[in-house]
Amino acid sequence: MEILYKIFVDPFVQMAGAPDLLIQTLWEGLVSGVLYALIALGFVLIFKASGVFNFAQGIMVVFAALTLVGLHAKGIPAFVALALTIVVMLVLAIAVERLMLRPLVNQPDIILFMATFGLTYFLIGLGELIFGGEPKVMIASELGLPKGAVEWKVFGGFVSFQKIDIAAAVIASIMVATLAVFFQKTRIGRALRAVADSHKAALSVGISLEQIWVIVWFAAGIVALATGIMWGARSDVSFALQTLALKALPVLILGGFTSIPGAIVGGVIIGVGEKLGEFYWGPLLGSGIESWLAYVIALVFLLFRPQGLFGERIIERI
Amino acid sequence: MFYRETGQYKTSYAADMALFPIRQDRIGMALILLIAFVVIPLTMSSFTLSAVMIPILVFSLAAIGLNLLTGYTGLISLGTAGFMGVGAYACYKLTTWFPGVNIIVLILLSGFAAAAVGAIFGLPSLRIKGFYLTVATLAAQFFLSWCFVRVPWLVNYNISNAIEVPTRTMFDIPITGPNATPVTRYLVVLSIAVFMTWIASNLVHGRIGRSWMAVRDMDIAAELIGIRLYRTKLLAFAVSSYYCGVAGALMVFLWLGAAEADSFNINQSFIILFMVIIGGLGSLIGSFFGAAFIWGLPILLKLAPEFFGVAVKSATVEHIQFMVVGALIIVFLIVEPHGLARLWQIGKQKLRMWPFPY
Repeated sequence: MEILYKIFVDPFVQMAGAPDLLIQTLWEGLVSGVLYALIALGFVLIFKASGVFNFAQGIMVVFAALTLVGLHAKGIPAFVALALTIVVMLVLAIAVERLMLRPLVNQPDIILFMATFGLTYFLIGLGELIFGGEPKVMIASELGLPKGAVEWKVFGGFVSFQKIDIAAAVIASIMVATLAVFFQKTRIGRALRAVADSHKAALSVGISLEQIWVIVWFAAGIVALATGIMWGARSDVSFALQTLALKALPVLILGGFTSIPGAIVGGVIIGVGEKLGEFYWGPLLGSGIESWLAYVIALVFLLFRPQGLFGERIIERI
Repeated sequence: MFYRETGQYKTSYAADMALFPIRQDRIGMALILLIAFVVIPLTMSSFTLSAVMIPILVFSLAAIGLNLLTGYTGLISLGTAGFMGVGAYACYKLTTWFPGVNIIVLILLSGFAAAAVGAIFGLPSLRIKGFYLTVATLAAQFFLSWCFVRVPWLVNYNISNAIEVPTRTMFDIPITGPNATPVTRYLVVLSIAVFMTWIASNLVHGRIGRSWMAVRDMDIAAELIGIRLYRTKLLAFAVSSYYCGVAGALMVFLWLGAAEADSFNINQSFIILFMVIIGGLGSLIGSFFGAAFIWGLPILLKLAPEFFGVAVKSATVEHIQFMVVGALIIVFLIVEPHGLARLWQIGKQKLRMWPFPY
């Protein structure tokens, strides 16, 4: 009886008792959800356009952030460093297309998936070799990102919003909107969707697969850079960030692998669910449940809707 | 010249379906076993045995387990290390409950705990497939590693939160714990690995293996010809986890001697998946090649600078190692997507022709 009370009643009593805490928790969940969504967005971009499940997205986030910080540490002004980092991501996209994707055209999905694992290892080694393994501080203020917190008095308590979190949410929304327009309205966006449907059919109507892949990987690189800056500003830039990529996976299956809005909604659900679960139900299980709660939420969800919230229905034929 | 099947007539189906239908293969296998059981323990130093040979065998066993699931049934799993952990912790609990029972029996029994957990986490495979399932197995991985850290019952409320392997003997020779010599441990691991590989190869040659492969190639078609998907997939999860569980128990009891929850983290799962891919999906011998390659390569890379007399900082070596392993994986996938096992087959085919080209 007591355990049931603790699971089903007590957390809600706590929530009602301290609404300011609840809002704070919700806000933190929302922010981490947006950041998960940003990583998931990188995955979705590449999956939509090439059917490749890009495992290296996580390390691309770290790599982009490290490049930015590393260049700035060499004495290059922040915004020049930012531009240079974008160039580096472009070079990376071209290299990936040339050296990895082109020889692997028409291989089964799992082979391409594995190749991105290889890329992950390669980038980890390269990143550590060039920039060293120790955590670094993101150059947030140099890039003009706001600092400090806004406090909001409510229900007799107060809720504090970190300005950087607000900036992150705004930037994420802008990126998503831009990408959605890009995918729906432009010529390249249409080509991207054609490639996603079928490599061969796209080739036969004269779409350059090589070019499309470079564009997509470059776009994913930019998203990675934005994610890296945001996450880096909240904590440090270190290789631990790479494991965040794994957190994006439940977001993806919630939202569906092929849907940009799905990535956002999934991210917010996972982020909020995770924080609420950790804060209100965590003590029951001895804390740390954040590490697997997201996966279990996604797993339960999958049992009812195997293609995710916004995913395309999977039609199977023999 | 000497590797020909000419003149070896099969007069029964059983002979035709035997594991090694060609006489030269049987001789070759006997030779390999002879080298593994007699020559290696006699010649190799105890360091090489415990730091190279035992890990390779343990990982081969885990890779075989994953290969049964991924290579033969087509279900990608990233929970391998979690299932290995279940085996290890189950074995530890069993040794505390039944101190008198032979440790090898306990190791083989602990696999069943892993099999049960594997079957539970395999349940979503009935409904979802592909990458969605891969992510579902990640749930298993993270949930299990959380359990290993947070449930003190698993380590008998040990303060260090780690498994400490007790000494157990067989015929008065210690085979686990600090007093066991590398040679005994190597021989025990080798025997179990050989025995379980033999079982696995019988499994995949038989009805069960064929139904797994049918599911892998196209599950709807398999269902249409009368294979029960649920049973086949769950069986694949259970058998695969059994192998991983035994490998995990061997890893802790006969190789590391002590283990924390961190030994069974997500990276371990990835490494075993690499072994399977590099070795060759759907090949048992490939699992051995893959394990030897992935485990041996970093050791070779570490030795290489010393060999050439170049002094490089150990941290740098580690980074370069990562890069080389990553690059090699990509190169391998481009050059030979079917893994080392295919190279082995090509080699055999060439040998069959040799010395005449046609």
